[in-house]
Amino acid sequence: MMTLSVLCALIAIVPLFIILFYTITQGLSSINWDFFTKMPKPAGETGGGMANALMGTGILIGLASLIGLPVGILSGIYLSENSKTIFARSIRFLTEVLNGIPSIVIGVVVYIIIVLPMERFSAIAGGFALGILMIPLITRTTEEMMTLIPHSYREAALGLGIPRWKTNLFIILPAAFKGIFTGILLSIARVAGETAPLLFTALGNRFWSTQLDQPIASLTVFIYDYAKAPFEDWNRQAWAAALILIILIMIINILFRLVTRKRKYA
Amino acid sequence: MNEQVLAMKEEKSPYLHTSQKIRMETVKLNAYFGKVHALKDISLIIPQNKVLAIIGPSGCGKSTFLRCLNRMHEEVSGTIYGKILLDGDNIMDYDPVSLRKKVGMIFQKPNPFPTMSIADNVTAGLRLNGFHNKNKLKEIAEKSLRQAALWDEVKDLLKHPGADLSGGQQQRLCIARALAVEPEVILMDEPASALDPISTAKIEELIFELKQNYTIIIVTHNMQQAARVSDYTAFFYMGEMVEHDKTGKIFTSPSKRQTEDYITGRFG
Repeated sequence: MMTLSVLCALIAIVPLFIILFYTITQGLSSINWDFFTKMPKPAGETGGGMANALMGTGILIGLASLIGLPVGILSGIYLSENSKTIFARSIRFLTEVLNGIPSIVIGVVVYIIIVLPMERFSAIAGGFALGILMIPLITRTTEEMMTLIPHSYREAALGLGIPRWKTNLFIILPAAFKGIFTGILLSIARVAGETAPLLFTALGNRFWSTQLDQPIASLTVFIYDYAKAPFEDWNRQAWAAALILIILIMIINILFRLVTRKRKYA
Repeated sequence: MNEQVLAMKEEKSPYLHTSQKIRMETVKLNAYFGKVHALKDISLIIPQNKVLAIIGPSGCGKSTFLRCLNRMHEEVSGTIYGKILLDGDNIMDYDPVSLRKKVGMIFQKPNPFPTMSIADNVTAGLRLNGFHNKNKLKEIAEKSLRQAALWDEVKDLLKHPGADLSGGQQQRLCIARALAVEPEVILMDEPASALDPISTAKIEELIFELKQNYTIIIVTHNMQQAARVSDYTAFFYMGEMVEHDKTGKIFTSPSKRQTEDYITGRFG
Protein backbone atom coordinates (compact mmCIF):
# COMPACT_ATOMS: atom_id res chain seq x y z
CA MET A 1 0.00 0.00 0.00
CA MET A 2 2.74 2.41 1.04
CA THR A 3 4.76 1.65 -2.10
CA LEU A 4 1.68 2.14 -4.23
CA SER A 5 0.92 5.51 -2.75
CA VAL A 6 4.53 6.64 -3.14
CA LEU A 7 4.36 5.50 -6.75
CA CYS A 8 1.13 7.41 -7.33
CA ALA A 9 2.65 10.47 -5.70
CA LEU A 10 5.47 10.28 -8.21
CA ILE A 11 3.05 9.77 -11.10
CA ALA A 12 1.18 12.86 -9.95
CA ILE A 13 4.18 15.07 -10.63
CA VAL A 14 5.27 13.34 -13.85
CA PRO A 15 2.93 15.40 -16.09
CA LEU A 16 4.48 18.60 -14.74
CA PHE A 17 7.95 17.40 -15.70
CA ILE A 18 6.80 16.23 -19.12
CA ILE A 19 5.24 19.64 -19.72
CA LEU A 20 8.35 21.44 -18.52
CA PHE A 21 10.59 19.16 -20.60
CA TYR A 22 8.67 19.80 -23.83
CA THR A 23 8.14 23.50 -23.39
CA ILE A 24 11.77 24.02 -22.50
CA THR A 25 13.28 21.86 -25.26
CA GLN A 26 10.89 23.19 -27.88
CA GLY A 27 10.49 26.74 -26.73
CA LEU A 28 13.72 27.84 -25.13
CA SER A 29 15.54 28.29 -28.44
CA SER A 30 12.99 30.87 -29.57
CA ILE A 31 13.20 32.96 -26.45
CA ASN A 32 15.41 35.98 -26.86
CA TRP A 33 15.16 39.69 -26.29
CA ASP A 34 13.28 40.20 -29.58
CA PHE A 35 10.65 37.77 -28.45
CA PHE A 36 9.66 40.11 -25.64
CA THR A 37 10.07 43.39 -27.47
CA LYS A 38 9.20 42.82 -31.12
CA MET A 39 5.87 42.47 -32.84
CA PRO A 40 4.77 39.31 -34.66
CA LYS A 41 6.17 39.06 -38.21
CA PRO A 42 3.90 38.42 -41.20
CA ALA A 43 3.36 34.78 -42.09
CA GLY A 44 6.37 33.26 -43.83
CA GLU A 45 9.00 35.52 -42.29
CA THR A 46 10.96 34.11 -39.38
CA GLY A 47 11.68 35.91 -36.12
CA GLY A 48 9.53 38.56 -34.51
CA GLY A 49 8.04 38.47 -31.04
CA MET A 50 4.97 38.70 -28.95
CA ALA A 51 5.30 42.04 -27.22
CA ASN A 52 1.65 42.78 -28.01
CA ALA A 53 0.49 39.52 -26.43
CA LEU A 54 2.43 40.17 -23.22
CA MET A 55 0.99 43.68 -23.08
CA GLY A 56 -2.45 42.33 -23.89
CA THR A 57 -2.39 39.72 -21.15
CA GLY A 58 -1.35 42.44 -18.73
CA ILE A 59 -4.21 44.70 -19.79
CA LEU A 60 -6.71 41.85 -19.66
CA ILE A 61 -5.63 40.89 -16.14
CA GLY A 62 -5.85 44.54 -15.12
CA LEU A 63 -9.39 44.83 -16.48
CA ALA A 64 -10.39 41.53 -14.91
CA SER A 65 -9.03 42.72 -11.55
CA LEU A 66 -10.99 45.96 -11.84
CA ILE A 67 -14.13 43.86 -11.87
CA GLY A 68 -13.13 40.80 -9.90
CA LEU A 69 -11.36 42.44 -6.94
CA PRO A 70 -13.96 44.94 -5.73
CA VAL A 71 -16.92 42.68 -6.41
CA GLY A 72 -15.19 39.63 -4.97
CA ILE A 73 -13.76 41.34 -1.88
CA LEU A 74 -16.90 43.27 -0.99
CA SER A 75 -19.17 40.27 -1.45
CA GLY A 76 -16.72 38.20 0.60
CA ILE A 77 -16.99 40.81 3.36
CA TYR A 78 -20.76 40.66 3.12
CA LEU A 79 -20.79 36.88 3.38
CA SER A 80 -18.44 36.82 6.36
CA GLU A 81 -20.53 39.43 8.12
CA ASN A 82 -23.96 37.85 7.50
CA SER A 83 -22.97 34.25 7.12
CA LYS A 84 -26.23 32.71 8.22
CA THR A 85 -28.94 34.64 6.40
CA ILE A 86 -30.79 32.90 3.61
CA PHE A 87 -29.60 35.56 1.20
CA ALA A 88 -25.96 34.93 2.14
CA ARG A 89 -26.39 31.17 1.88
CA SER A 90 -27.86 31.50 -1.59
CA ILE A 91 -25.10 33.87 -2.68
CA ARG A 92 -22.48 31.48 -1.36
CA PHE A 93 -24.07 28.56 -3.17
CA LEU A 94 -24.43 30.50 -6.40
CA THR A 95 -20.81 31.69 -6.39
CA GLU A 96 -19.82 28.06 -6.03
CA VAL A 97 -21.98 27.22 -9.03
CA LEU A 98 -20.40 30.10 -10.93
CA ASN A 99 -16.99 28.73 -10.02
CA GLY A 100 -17.94 25.42 -11.59
CA ILE A 101 -19.18 26.85 -14.88
CA PRO A 102 -16.77 26.05 -17.71
CA SER A 103 -14.89 29.15 -18.75
CA ILE A 104 -15.88 28.69 -22.40
CA VAL A 105 -19.53 29.09 -21.42
CA ILE A 106 -18.71 32.36 -19.71
CA GLY A 107 -16.94 33.38 -22.93
CA VAL A 108 -20.02 32.64 -25.01
CA VAL A 109 -22.31 34.55 -22.64
CA VAL A 110 -20.04 37.58 -22.66
CA TYR A 111 -19.97 37.31 -26.44
CA ILE A 112 -23.75 37.65 -26.46
CA ILE A 113 -24.07 40.43 -23.88
CA ILE A 114 -21.05 42.57 -24.79
CA VAL A 115 -19.49 41.61 -28.12
CA LEU A 116 -22.73 41.46 -30.14
CA PRO A 117 -24.14 44.80 -28.89
CA MET A 118 -20.74 46.49 -29.40
CA GLU A 119 -20.47 44.81 -32.78
CA ARG A 120 -16.82 44.02 -32.23
CA PHE A 121 -14.46 41.94 -30.16
CA SER A 122 -12.72 44.00 -27.52
CA ALA A 123 -10.35 44.04 -24.57
CA ILE A 124 -13.28 45.15 -22.42
CA ALA A 125 -15.22 42.01 -23.28
CA GLY A 126 -12.16 39.84 -22.58
CA GLY A 127 -11.47 41.53 -19.27
CA PHE A 128 -15.12 41.21 -18.35
CA ALA A 129 -15.10 37.45 -19.01
CA LEU A 130 -11.93 36.96 -16.96
CA GLY A 131 -13.33 39.21 -14.23
CA ILE A 132 -16.39 36.98 -13.94
CA LEU A 133 -14.05 34.02 -13.54
CA MET A 134 -12.21 35.81 -10.73
CA ILE A 135 -15.27 36.78 -8.72
CA PRO A 136 -16.09 33.43 -7.11
CA LEU A 137 -12.44 32.70 -6.31
CA ILE A 138 -11.93 36.02 -4.57
CA THR A 139 -15.31 35.97 -2.84
CA ARG A 140 -14.47 32.61 -1.37
CA THR A 141 -11.00 33.42 -0.08
CA THR A 142 -12.10 36.80 1.27
CA GLU A 143 -14.94 35.23 3.20
CA GLU A 144 -12.79 32.44 4.55
CA MET A 145 -9.96 34.74 5.60
CA MET A 146 -12.31 37.28 7.19
CA THR A 147 -14.03 34.58 9.25
CA LEU A 148 -10.65 33.35 10.45
CA ILE A 149 -10.03 36.66 12.22
CA PRO A 150 -11.08 36.25 15.87
CA HIS A 151 -14.39 37.82 16.74
CA SER A 152 -12.73 39.70 19.60
CA TYR A 153 -11.16 42.23 17.20
CA ARG A 154 -14.53 43.05 15.74
CA GLU A 155 -15.93 43.51 19.25
CA ALA A 156 -13.00 45.66 20.28
CA ALA A 157 -13.51 47.93 17.29
CA LEU A 158 -17.26 48.20 17.69
CA GLY A 159 -16.76 48.83 21.40
CA LEU A 160 -14.58 51.83 20.54
CA GLY A 161 -17.41 53.37 18.58
CA ILE A 162 -15.96 52.53 15.20
CA PRO A 163 -18.76 52.08 12.66
CA ARG A 164 -19.32 48.60 11.34
CA TRP A 165 -18.19 49.26 7.75
CA LYS A 166 -14.97 50.89 8.96
CA THR A 167 -14.40 47.97 11.29
CA ASN A 168 -14.66 45.63 8.34
CA LEU A 169 -12.57 47.70 5.96
CA PHE A 170 -9.86 49.00 8.27
CA ILE A 171 -9.57 46.43 11.06
CA ILE A 172 -10.71 43.03 9.86
CA LEU A 173 -9.74 43.33 6.20
CA PRO A 174 -6.11 44.35 6.91
CA ALA A 175 -5.80 41.54 9.44
CA ALA A 176 -7.05 39.12 6.81
CA PHE A 177 -5.19 40.78 3.97
CA LYS A 178 -2.32 38.34 3.73
CA GLY A 179 -4.72 35.49 3.12
CA ILE A 180 -6.83 37.51 0.73
CA PHE A 181 -3.74 38.62 -1.17
CA THR A 182 -2.73 35.03 -1.77
CA GLY A 183 -6.25 34.39 -3.04
CA ILE A 184 -5.86 37.32 -5.41
CA LEU A 185 -2.53 35.96 -6.68
CA LEU A 186 -3.99 32.54 -7.27
CA SER A 187 -7.00 33.92 -9.10
CA ILE A 188 -4.70 36.00 -11.32
CA ALA A 189 -2.65 32.90 -12.04
CA ARG A 190 -5.85 31.11 -12.92
CA VAL A 191 -7.22 33.72 -15.33
CA ALA A 192 -3.82 34.39 -16.89
CA GLY A 193 -3.93 30.86 -18.25
CA GLU A 194 -7.46 31.07 -19.66
CA THR A 195 -7.87 30.80 -23.43
CA ALA A 196 -11.41 29.70 -24.16
CA PRO A 197 -13.29 32.76 -22.85
CA LEU A 198 -10.89 35.06 -24.72
CA LEU A 199 -11.54 33.44 -28.12
CA PHE A 200 -15.09 34.83 -28.10
CA THR A 201 -14.33 38.13 -26.48
CA ALA A 202 -10.86 39.65 -26.85
CA LEU A 203 -10.27 37.59 -29.99
CA GLY A 204 -6.56 38.37 -30.38
CA ASN A 205 -4.74 40.96 -32.40
CA ARG A 206 -1.62 40.75 -34.52
CA PHE A 207 -0.87 44.42 -33.99
CA TRP A 208 0.08 46.59 -31.09
CA SER A 209 -3.13 47.79 -29.49
CA THR A 210 -3.87 49.18 -26.10
CA GLN A 211 -7.32 50.40 -27.02
CA LEU A 212 -9.88 48.87 -24.75
CA ASP A 213 -12.67 48.83 -27.30
CA GLN A 214 -10.55 46.98 -29.86
CA PRO A 215 -9.59 43.32 -30.07
CA ILE A 216 -6.48 42.67 -28.04
CA ALA A 217 -3.77 40.01 -28.12
CA SER A 218 -3.01 37.70 -25.23
CA LEU A 219 -0.41 35.03 -24.51
CA THR A 220 -2.90 32.20 -24.44
CA VAL A 221 -4.64 33.08 -27.69
CA PHE A 222 -1.20 33.69 -29.23
CA ILE A 223 -0.27 30.15 -28.27
CA TYR A 224 -3.54 28.83 -29.66
CA ASP A 225 -3.11 30.59 -33.02
CA TYR A 226 0.58 29.84 -33.42
CA ALA A 227 0.37 26.21 -32.36
CA LYS A 228 -2.18 25.36 -35.04
CA ALA A 229 -0.50 27.44 -37.75
CA PRO A 230 1.20 25.59 -40.61
CA PHE A 231 4.54 27.36 -40.11
CA GLU A 232 7.32 25.70 -38.18
CA ASP A 233 8.68 28.98 -36.86
CA TRP A 234 5.25 29.91 -35.49
CA ASN A 235 4.95 26.54 -33.79
CA ARG A 236 8.31 27.12 -32.10
CA GLN A 237 7.14 30.54 -30.96
CA ALA A 238 3.98 28.99 -29.55
CA TRP A 239 6.15 26.73 -27.44
CA ALA A 240 8.18 29.71 -26.33
CA ALA A 241 5.05 31.64 -25.38
CA ALA A 242 3.82 28.59 -23.46
CA LEU A 243 7.11 28.52 -21.57
CA ILE A 244 6.79 32.23 -20.73
CA LEU A 245 3.24 31.68 -19.51
CA ILE A 246 4.29 28.78 -17.32
CA ILE A 247 7.15 30.83 -15.89
CA LEU A 248 4.80 33.73 -15.17
CA ILE A 249 2.38 31.48 -13.34
CA MET A 250 5.22 29.84 -11.45
CA ILE A 251 6.48 33.25 -10.37
CA ILE A 252 3.03 34.04 -9.05
CA ASN A 253 2.99 30.75 -7.18
CA ILE A 254 6.40 31.39 -5.68
CA LEU A 255 5.25 34.87 -4.68
CA PHE A 256 2.26 33.19 -3.06
CA ARG A 257 4.58 30.94 -1.07
CA LEU A 258 6.70 33.87 0.05
CA VAL A 259 3.70 35.87 1.14
CA THR A 260 2.20 33.02 3.12
CA ARG A 261 5.50 32.32 4.80
CA LYS A 262 6.32 35.83 6.00
CA ARG A 263 4.85 36.67 9.35
CA LYS A 264 4.22 40.18 10.48
CA TYR A 265 2.07 41.51 13.29
CA ALA A 266 0.56 38.20 14.14
CA MET B 1 -33.54 65.59 38.02
CA ASN B 2 -35.84 67.03 40.66
CA GLU B 3 -35.52 66.39 44.37
CA GLN B 4 -38.59 64.24 44.60
CA VAL B 5 -37.48 61.75 41.97
CA LEU B 6 -34.07 61.61 43.53
CA ALA B 7 -35.55 60.91 46.92
CA MET B 8 -37.56 58.09 45.38
CA LYS B 9 -34.47 56.64 43.82
CA GLU B 10 -32.58 56.94 47.03
CA GLU B 11 -35.24 54.85 48.64
CA LYS B 12 -34.92 52.19 45.93
CA SER B 13 -31.17 52.14 45.97
CA PRO B 14 -29.36 51.02 49.08
CA TYR B 15 -26.34 53.17 48.37
CA LEU B 16 -27.38 56.35 46.63
CA HIS B 17 -26.88 59.70 48.35
CA THR B 18 -28.47 62.89 47.26
CA SER B 19 -25.07 64.39 46.61
CA GLN B 20 -24.13 61.74 44.11
CA LYS B 21 -24.62 62.19 40.42
CA ILE B 22 -26.14 59.21 38.64
CA ARG B 23 -24.14 58.27 35.55
CA MET B 24 -26.06 55.25 34.35
CA GLU B 25 -29.21 53.57 35.41
CA THR B 26 -31.23 50.57 34.32
CA VAL B 27 -34.96 50.41 34.94
CA LYS B 28 -36.63 47.00 34.84
CA LEU B 29 -34.19 45.77 32.25
CA ASN B 30 -35.10 42.49 30.58
CA ALA B 31 -33.01 40.86 27.89
CA TYR B 32 -33.89 38.03 25.56
CA PHE B 33 -31.63 36.03 23.28
CA GLY B 34 -33.91 33.97 21.11
CA LYS B 35 -36.14 32.28 23.66
CA VAL B 36 -33.66 32.63 26.51
CA HIS B 37 -34.71 35.18 29.09
CA ALA B 38 -31.23 36.24 30.14
CA LEU B 39 -31.94 39.25 32.35
CA LYS B 40 -35.01 39.70 34.50
CA ASP B 41 -36.17 43.08 35.76
CA ILE B 42 -32.78 44.49 36.62
CA SER B 43 -33.00 47.96 38.16
CA LEU B 44 -29.63 49.31 39.12
CA ILE B 45 -28.12 52.71 39.67
CA ILE B 46 -24.54 53.47 38.79
CA PRO B 47 -23.24 56.65 40.45
CA GLN B 48 -20.60 58.75 38.76
CA ASN B 49 -16.90 58.14 39.48
CA LYS B 50 -17.56 54.94 41.34
CA VAL B 51 -16.73 51.34 40.64
CA LEU B 52 -19.59 48.90 40.50
CA ALA B 53 -18.68 45.22 40.55
CA ILE B 54 -21.03 42.58 39.26
CA ILE B 55 -20.49 39.13 40.67
CA GLY B 56 -22.26 35.84 40.27
CA PRO B 57 -21.81 32.31 39.02
CA SER B 58 -21.21 31.56 35.32
CA GLY B 59 -24.30 32.05 33.21
CA CYS B 60 -25.97 34.38 35.69
CA GLY B 61 -26.26 37.15 33.10
CA LYS B 62 -23.53 39.45 34.41
CA SER B 63 -21.66 39.70 31.11
CA THR B 64 -24.93 40.05 29.26
CA PHE B 65 -25.89 42.94 31.51
CA LEU B 66 -22.58 44.63 30.80
CA ARG B 67 -23.01 44.21 27.06
CA CYS B 68 -26.48 45.73 27.15
CA LEU B 69 -25.02 48.89 28.66
CA ASN B 70 -23.29 49.83 25.41
CA ARG B 71 -25.62 47.89 23.16
CA MET B 72 -23.08 45.24 22.28
CA HIS B 73 -25.90 42.74 22.87
CA GLU B 74 -27.17 43.74 19.44
CA GLU B 75 -24.12 42.05 17.94
CA VAL B 76 -25.50 38.71 19.06
CA SER B 77 -29.09 39.66 18.16
CA GLY B 78 -30.43 40.17 21.65
CA THR B 79 -33.54 42.19 22.43
CA ILE B 80 -34.03 44.30 25.51
CA TYR B 81 -37.10 45.67 27.25
CA GLY B 82 -37.09 48.26 29.98
CA LYS B 83 -34.85 51.28 30.06
CA ILE B 84 -31.14 51.95 30.20
CA LEU B 85 -30.25 55.56 30.89
CA LEU B 86 -26.96 57.33 30.38
CA ASP B 87 -26.95 60.76 32.02
CA GLY B 88 -30.73 60.54 32.01
CA ASP B 89 -31.08 59.75 28.29
CA ASN B 90 -32.32 56.42 27.04
CA ILE B 91 -29.42 54.68 25.30
CA MET B 92 -31.78 53.28 22.70
CA ASP B 93 -32.19 56.86 21.46
CA TYR B 94 -28.46 57.04 20.79
CA ASP B 95 -26.82 55.89 17.62
CA PRO B 96 -24.89 52.79 18.80
CA VAL B 97 -21.66 54.21 17.39
CA SER B 98 -21.83 57.42 19.40
CA LEU B 99 -23.06 55.56 22.47
CA ARG B 100 -20.02 53.29 22.39
CA LYS B 101 -17.75 56.30 22.29
CA LYS B 102 -19.22 57.32 25.62
CA VAL B 103 -19.42 53.84 27.09
CA GLY B 104 -16.17 52.02 26.32
CA MET B 105 -15.46 48.37 26.86
CA ILE B 106 -12.55 46.18 27.97
CA PHE B 107 -12.79 42.49 27.21
CA GLN B 108 -11.74 39.34 28.97
CA LYS B 109 -8.99 38.52 26.51
CA PRO B 110 -6.64 41.34 25.55
CA ASN B 111 -7.41 42.13 21.91
CA PRO B 112 -5.06 44.76 20.46
CA PHE B 113 -5.56 45.12 16.72
CA PRO B 114 -3.14 42.72 15.07
CA THR B 115 -2.04 44.88 12.13
CA MET B 116 -1.36 48.01 14.15
CA SER B 117 1.56 49.36 16.13
CA ILE B 118 1.20 50.21 19.80
CA ALA B 119 0.67 53.90 19.06
CA ASP B 120 -1.80 53.18 16.27
CA ASN B 121 -3.73 50.83 18.51
CA VAL B 122 -4.21 53.56 21.09
CA THR B 123 -5.44 56.09 18.56
CA ALA B 124 -7.45 53.67 16.41
CA GLY B 125 -10.80 54.82 17.78
CA LEU B 126 -9.98 58.43 16.94
CA ARG B 127 -8.33 57.86 13.58
CA LEU B 128 -11.12 55.64 12.32
CA ASN B 129 -13.61 58.29 13.26
CA GLY B 130 -11.96 60.87 11.07
CA PHE B 131 -9.55 62.51 13.50
CA HIS B 132 -6.21 62.97 11.75
CA ASN B 133 -4.23 65.73 13.46
CA LYS B 134 -0.87 63.95 13.85
CA ASN B 135 0.51 66.01 16.73
CA LYS B 136 -2.71 65.87 18.63
CA LEU B 137 -2.91 62.10 18.10
CA LYS B 138 0.61 61.74 19.45
CA GLU B 139 -0.32 63.74 22.52
CA ILE B 140 -3.46 61.71 23.11
CA ALA B 141 -1.55 58.46 22.67
CA GLU B 142 0.94 59.49 25.33
CA LYS B 143 -1.73 60.76 27.69
CA SER B 144 -3.80 57.61 27.33
CA LEU B 145 -0.81 55.31 27.77
CA ARG B 146 0.19 57.24 30.89
CA GLN B 147 -3.33 56.92 32.25
CA ALA B 148 -3.18 53.20 31.58
CA ALA B 149 0.18 53.02 33.41
CA LEU B 150 1.87 51.65 30.33
CA TRP B 151 3.80 54.65 29.02
CA ASP B 152 7.10 53.94 30.79
CA GLU B 153 7.16 50.40 29.49
CA VAL B 154 6.37 51.20 25.86
CA LYS B 155 7.56 54.74 25.21
CA ASP B 156 10.46 53.46 23.10
CA LEU B 157 8.36 50.78 21.40
CA LEU B 158 5.52 52.88 20.05
CA LYS B 159 6.11 51.71 16.48
CA HIS B 160 6.24 48.04 17.46
CA PRO B 161 3.28 45.74 16.92
CA GLY B 162 0.82 45.75 19.81
CA ALA B 163 0.81 41.98 19.73
CA ASP B 164 4.48 41.91 20.80
CA LEU B 165 3.61 42.95 24.34
CA SER B 166 2.93 40.57 27.20
CA GLY B 167 -0.66 39.68 28.08
CA GLY B 168 -0.86 42.15 30.95
CA GLN B 169 0.67 44.94 28.87
CA GLN B 170 -1.71 44.14 26.04
CA GLN B 171 -4.64 44.50 28.40
CA ARG B 172 -3.38 47.88 29.59
CA LEU B 173 -2.91 48.81 25.92
CA CYS B 174 -6.57 47.95 25.39
CA ILE B 175 -7.46 50.15 28.34
CA ALA B 176 -5.40 52.99 26.88
CA ARG B 177 -7.18 52.46 23.57
CA ALA B 178 -10.55 52.73 25.29
CA LEU B 179 -9.44 55.85 27.23
CA ALA B 180 -8.25 57.62 24.08
CA VAL B 181 -11.81 58.16 22.85
CA GLU B 182 -12.60 59.81 26.21
CA PRO B 183 -15.55 57.73 27.36
CA GLU B 184 -17.60 58.55 30.44
CA VAL B 185 -18.15 54.97 31.47
CA ILE B 186 -15.81 52.00 31.11
CA LEU B 187 -17.24 48.51 31.10
CA MET B 188 -14.79 45.77 32.03
CA ASP B 189 -15.68 42.17 31.34
CA GLU B 190 -13.39 40.08 33.58
CA PRO B 191 -10.44 42.22 32.51
CA ALA B 192 -7.87 40.30 34.56
CA SER B 193 -9.09 36.74 34.32
CA ALA B 194 -6.57 35.86 31.60
CA LEU B 195 -3.65 37.49 33.43
CA ASP B 196 -1.05 36.46 35.98
CA PRO B 197 -1.25 37.81 39.57
CA ILE B 198 1.23 40.64 39.04
CA SER B 199 -0.53 41.90 35.93
CA THR B 200 -3.82 41.51 37.74
CA ALA B 201 -2.57 43.68 40.59
CA LYS B 202 -1.55 46.34 38.08
CA ILE B 203 -4.96 46.33 36.46
CA GLU B 204 -6.60 46.65 39.88
CA GLU B 205 -4.40 49.59 40.83
CA LEU B 206 -5.30 51.11 37.53
CA ILE B 207 -9.02 50.76 38.17
CA PHE B 208 -8.50 52.58 41.42
CA GLU B 209 -6.76 55.44 39.58
CA LEU B 210 -9.28 55.57 36.77
CA LYS B 211 -12.30 56.05 38.94
CA GLN B 212 -11.17 59.63 39.66
CA ASN B 213 -12.28 60.44 36.13
CA TYR B 214 -14.45 57.62 34.95
CA THR B 215 -17.35 55.52 36.05
CA ILE B 216 -16.43 51.85 35.95
CA ILE B 217 -18.54 48.74 35.87
CA ILE B 218 -16.56 45.54 36.25
CA VAL B 219 -17.75 41.99 35.88
CA THR B 220 -15.60 39.55 37.77
CA HIS B 221 -15.47 35.95 38.86
CA ASN B 222 -12.96 36.80 41.48
CA MET B 223 -14.68 37.90 44.67
CA GLN B 224 -11.52 39.18 46.32
CA GLN B 225 -11.06 41.36 43.30
CA ALA B 226 -14.59 42.70 43.60
CA ALA B 227 -13.97 43.40 47.28
CA ARG B 228 -10.69 45.16 46.53
CA VAL B 229 -11.63 47.41 43.64
CA SER B 230 -15.30 48.26 43.89
CA ASP B 231 -17.41 50.72 45.83
CA TYR B 232 -20.64 48.88 45.16
CA THR B 233 -21.37 45.28 44.33
CA ALA B 234 -24.32 43.65 42.68
CA PHE B 235 -24.89 39.91 42.95
CA PHE B 236 -26.58 38.28 39.98
CA TYR B 237 -28.05 34.81 39.94
CA MET B 238 -29.96 33.12 37.10
CA GLY B 239 -30.63 36.38 35.31
CA GLU B 240 -31.90 38.19 38.37
CA MET B 241 -30.22 40.69 40.59
CA VAL B 242 -30.40 39.14 44.03
CA GLU B 243 -28.86 42.00 45.92
CA HIS B 244 -26.86 45.15 45.46
CA ASP B 245 -25.27 47.32 48.07
CA LYS B 246 -22.04 48.92 49.22
CA THR B 247 -19.24 46.46 48.65
CA GLY B 248 -18.32 46.36 52.33
CA LYS B 249 -21.87 45.45 53.23
CA ILE B 250 -22.20 42.73 50.61
CA PHE B 251 -19.04 41.02 51.74
CA THR B 252 -19.57 41.33 55.48
CA SER B 253 -23.28 41.20 56.11
CA PRO B 254 -25.30 40.53 52.99
CA SER B 255 -29.03 40.70 53.52
CA LYS B 256 -29.91 37.74 51.31
CA ARG B 257 -29.12 34.12 52.04
CA GLN B 258 -28.15 33.40 48.41
CA THR B 259 -25.58 36.15 48.43
CA GLU B 260 -24.04 34.87 51.59
CA ASP B 261 -23.90 31.32 50.25
CA TYR B 262 -22.19 32.54 47.12
CA ILE B 263 -19.57 34.75 48.73
CA THR B 264 -18.75 32.16 51.33
CA GLY B 265 -18.21 29.65 48.55
CA ARG B 266 -21.08 27.35 49.34
CA PHE B 267 -22.19 27.38 45.72
CA GLY B 268 -21.20 28.87 42.35
